[in-house]
Amino acid sequence: MFGSLQVQKKVDPINNNQQLNKIKMRTILKNYLTWVLLIACFAACNKRNNNIPESPFFDQADQAARPAINTVFISPSGKDSFNVTVPSQMAATFSGEMKSNLLALNPGYTTNLLGLTADQFIGVVSTDVLNASTTGTTTFYDGTNVLTGRALGDDVIDVELTLIFGGPDGSANPGLTSDHVNANDVPFLTDFPYLAQPH
Amino acid sequence: MKRKKLALMLACAVLIIGGIVYASDHNDAPAVKGQVTDITDLYVFQGKNTNNLVFVGNSQGLIAPSATASAQFDPNTLIQFKIDNNGDNVEDLVIQAIYKEGKVNFFGPSRPVFTGTRTKIDEANYIGSVAVTPYGASQPIVGTGAYGIKFFAGPRDDPFFFDLNQFHAILAGTATGFNNPGSDTFAGTNVMSVVLEVPKSLLHTKNGKVSVWLTTSTKESGSNK
Repeated sequence: MFGSLQVQKKVDPINNNQQLNKIKMRTILKNYLTWVLLIACFAACNKRNNNIPESPFFDQADQAARPAINTVFISPSGKDSFNVTVPSQMAATFSGEMKSNLLALNPGYTTNLLGLTADQFIGVVSTDVLNASTTGTTTFYDGTNVLTGRALGDDVIDVELTLIFGGPDGSANPGLTSDHVNANDVPFLTDFPYLAQPH
Repeated sequence: MKRKKLALMLACAVLIIGGIVYASDHNDAPAVKGQVTDITDLYVFQGKNTNNLVFVGNSQGLIAPSATASAQFDPNTLIQFKIDNNGDNVEDLVIQAIYKEGKVNFFGPSRPVFTGTRTKIDEANYIGSVAVTPYGASQPIVGTGAYGIKFFAGPRDDPFFFDLNQFHAILAGTATGFNNPGSDTFAGTNVMSVVLEVPKSLLHTKNGKVSVWLTTSTKESGSNK
């Protein structure tokens, strides 16, 4: 911009007649318009750059790991909050109400089949992550392995009912420790993606 | 004392049931009940090829067969498997899945761009995509991406089983125990599934295990992409 105007100024002193002045004015005008256009274009380009979207943020809505933790152990007022609390903060935030809800479900709770007191049991379930072995059997509980994954056919509800209601040897409250639905309604596939075709 | 405990138990039961069908994580909380973000279940197990671990993330539960053809993944909902590989319950690796134009795109497993509840898609670690298997297809569409990772996305039978109705009756005090045999409340219902099979070697475990949790996240309004 300044380069062009300087060129124009250098030319100026040698033009004394009207004709040349007119040409000079036209040139200045042309330069001026060119620069207005360029500035407008630059502004437009700049605006377009600002409009290229940053990759968007996503905010957590729901989370789950072990089955039925939020639904069974968290009070209604805490359920939304539980879903957006990172696992490393869950125990500190929710273990109190989870213990209360455990003892409300089973006022006679002493220990369970895993030998866990109420505090110890809540200590395990209050950090809702699903542990999974990368070296062997993966099951929620198969009588031997405990919390080494969750297979499609695992009867997780009976495991949880037994741990909540079954007492130290699993025999207490026999009407509450199994729902007597022991398998899925259709068989799973032996190959990927393992889940059955939709109904 | 006994009466007080019984009253507390009943009060809790009433609070818990609240008249809705919740189950594993189906309809677990007011903000996600009936929404595309509602998670139903997470499964993590060893694959048929024992060098692999399978991740199943199910959402949008209790879909009737008549409603399954129109069930869809949501382009504004990011599904994430968060993986802690050193035992501190903080995600070290994340696998992301998000629907776009008939396909589900996958990213990771990679170090998360952000840990915690607010994140972005890790575009740099795109590993492939799979077309959503349509309802009624005779075979599932299986995709294979980077590192030999397998993908599936689409409607499936809900693998969860539970006599939820009887459990509700027990909590409501109208029954004292389960029936034998019980009745599976989830029989005949479908979910929207995302399934991956991942080589265990990509998980870099420190002690032979991972801790996994499944999340759904909604694109912030105003984000324009």
